[in-house]
Amino acid sequence: MDRLRTRLTITCGFLLFVLACFFSLSGDWSGLFSRESASRMLELVTSFFPLELSATFLRKAAYATLETLAISWIGTLLAVIAGLFFALPAAHMWGAFLQGMARIVLNVLRAVPELVWAALFVIAAGLGPFPGTLALAVHTTGVLGRLFAEALENAPREPYLALRRHGVGPIAAFSYGLLPHITPQLASYTLYRWENNIRAAAVLGVAGAGGLGQMLYYHMGLFHFHETGTILLAMLLLVGLVDTCSNWLRMRAIR
Amino acid sequence: MSRGIRQVQTATAASLGDMTLRYRDGRVALDAITLTFAVGEQVAIIGPSGAGKTSLLHVLACALRPTSGTLAVLGTAHPWNTTTATLHALRKRIFLAPQMPPLPPRQRVVHTVLAGRLPQWNTWQALKSLLYPVDAPLAEAALARFRMEDKLLLRCDRLSGGERQRVGLARMLLSAAPLILLDEPVSALDPVLGLQALQTVQEEARARAATMVVSLHDVGLAHAQFQRLIGLRDGKVFFDLPSAQVTPERLADLYGMEPPDATSDAVAVDASGIKMSRCF
Amino acid sequence: MLLAKPQPWHDPAWPGRVTSTVIFLLLLLPAGYITEFNPAVFFDATSLRASKQFLATFFPPAHSLEFLQLLVQSAWKTVAIATVGMVLALGMALPCSLVANRALSLSRLGRHRMGLLPAIVRAGIRWILSILRSIPELVWALLFVRAVGLGDTAGVMAIALTYGGMVGKVFLEIYEAQDTRAAEALLVNGAGRLQAFCYGTLPSCLPELLSYTVYRWECAIRSSVILGFVGAGGLGQQMELSMRMLNGGEVLSFLLVFILLVWIADRISKGLRTWID
Repeated sequence: MDRLRTRLTITCGFLLFVLACFFSLSGDWSGLFSRESASRMLELVTSFFPLELSATFLRKAAYATLETLAISWIGTLLAVIAGLFFALPAAHMWGAFLQGMARIVLNVLRAVPELVWAALFVIAAGLGPFPGTLALAVHTTGVLGRLFAEALENAPREPYLALRRHGVGPIAAFSYGLLPHITPQLASYTLYRWENNIRAAAVLGVAGAGGLGQMLYYHMGLFHFHETGTILLAMLLLVGLVDTCSNWLRMRAIR
Repeated sequence: MSRGIRQVQTATAASLGDMTLRYRDGRVALDAITLTFAVGEQVAIIGPSGAGKTSLLHVLACALRPTSGTLAVLGTAHPWNTTTATLHALRKRIFLAPQMPPLPPRQRVVHTVLAGRLPQWNTWQALKSLLYPVDAPLAEAALARFRMEDKLLLRCDRLSGGERQRVGLARMLLSAAPLILLDEPVSALDPVLGLQALQTVQEEARARAATMVVSLHDVGLAHAQFQRLIGLRDGKVFFDLPSAQVTPERLADLYGMEPPDATSDAVAVDASGIKMSRCF
Repeated sequence: MLLAKPQPWHDPAWPGRVTSTVIFLLLLLPAGYITEFNPAVFFDATSLRASKQFLATFFPPAHSLEFLQLLVQSAWKTVAIATVGMVLALGMALPCSLVANRALSLSRLGRHRMGLLPAIVRAGIRWILSILRSIPELVWALLFVRAVGLGDTAGVMAIALTYGGMVGKVFLEIYEAQDTRAAEALLVNGAGRLQAFCYGTLPSCLPELLSYTVYRWECAIRSSVILGFVGAGGLGQQMELSMRMLNGGEVLSFLLVFILLVWIADRISKGLRTWID
């Protein structure tokens, strides 16, 4: 009975919270589901067809796709290196003070979304794919760093300690004792993050950071809907491709 | 055996005519089975493991589609040729207890037992009962008949193997199905508990005038508690006789063993009155 | 005494490693070129000046009374957008995942495969969920801003659709990872599909479902800030306005509140998840 009561109270509180959320939104709910907005949305979707498939535009879109892929690729790569670098102190390998500092850094990097980083870097370095790459790298470092640190903390220490006791230097002991254990996990996290990053890279362009996102924002602003349709299709294909690759690589890494 | 295959008599609960069941890879699970079960009858199926007892029960329960032959259950001929809806309505009147009790690990016993009522409840009643058990005394009474009333609020994964089996049987007490099929219902129970559980379900079936088909590996128990024994071997009906006519030699043939000493009072002792190793 | 020289030993893993490394490097260089990888760009004169000016405005973070009011309002809006979006997402994901659940297929009971129509319906739903997930939510937000105008509704719809797809897919995976025998036994005994699900599958996986939902709600809060950047309301929209005006103080305040919000949501999420288990 007691258990039922706590459950009921929590559920009620939760429901009240949800209702409060619904009411505080200024959105015109009847308007959303009205015939007018439905027809506007339908109009928008149909305006994508026929897709813009001229050779020049396709070439631009293809380059933007490559750019997006490259952004996600290099961004993730940088994040792996930096993440590992921060994960070592964060996993209490070099003392409590460094652990605290590393954790704070990682949390800040993680907390700020990629888009905000991208906007900040664009202000500092101008438009283009490079600020986007860095923004992705910085945010992903926070995410991967924390995941790597957790993996390191959960890995059994005995192989490492045994090697150290035999007089092996710390780097070698780490490489032979800890690294082999965590590598499949690291690979898995990285690949999973890459799947997420391709979506992020696709939209960073909205802040001016290049790739398909920038093209999308540009053409949508000019009401070029046929081009928008093609870009959306390119995004879908790119995301699907990266998802498949990532899954395949993950199967092989875990093996 | 009656040959009433084409005409579905009202006194027949289920009948199989030349029924064959094949696995996906083509191997034969059941071979040209012809059997009839009258309403209110209680039958035990025995045989070595791999003989097809489970498959036979599943075919009778309309849970496995026969590859060829005829099947008639509870007045419906050729249930697999009807619509999915008719088939599903038919299933509500059949209760099948699989060999491994299908209890969800984290569910409390009271809900698992009450799930026997699901075919009679509509969706709303079912969901309401999940929030707060409707008819909990009924579930308690059912468990009490198996001396398990104190397990009412325990989680299923905290039960022992024997207790799980009895919970599965308690579920049967709450269902109102006129055709009851039990697959090795007492395999995890000691002889005394097993006998008691079996007697309980038999009483219930008798009270409901339901037809019951039970597969057992304890031959002594089958012999003592049932009037009709069907011996299955390699997917074929080896014999289908009143239990009085089932001699130890017949049983030895069925299991491919040495002829045993005479069976005796199988009530208190376990079935090693028939000296065979439990290789199943 | 050995007369022949012993064969030099070759590591069988070496050729594979060399090839992967070479491919890796070959992919790296063009990628570096395409992304215009050039750290020096941060340090040329105009960039440095722009950065310095911007950074100067960062401190102190804006803290006037009306601004604080705006902060709190936007933060609450963000939470509201995320919550309403999640509720709608669940409203979509639950029926879709239940219908697409193969373990509840009546036509498959006892036969080796599903009927054609049920199979098509299930595959179709999975495909739709997949598409909803693949389109980045920002793109959905852009589309909705175009269709229904700036403001909260666009953000809510974007979250509802993307998260609906994600949650639907994960719920489906969770159902199908359970032991299906309990639900199957109930179906064989004539229970309805929803009944079989609630009594057979749900008891085992309810904590996992709830836990994932709470985790996704936390993600939704982060998302709704990002979506605000393209005009979908809440903190993000305000932050973008401040950034456009290069008002670093306001941006910093927004950032701090955002980090605080995410931290609170993270705590609540962890607490709820431990309680659920």
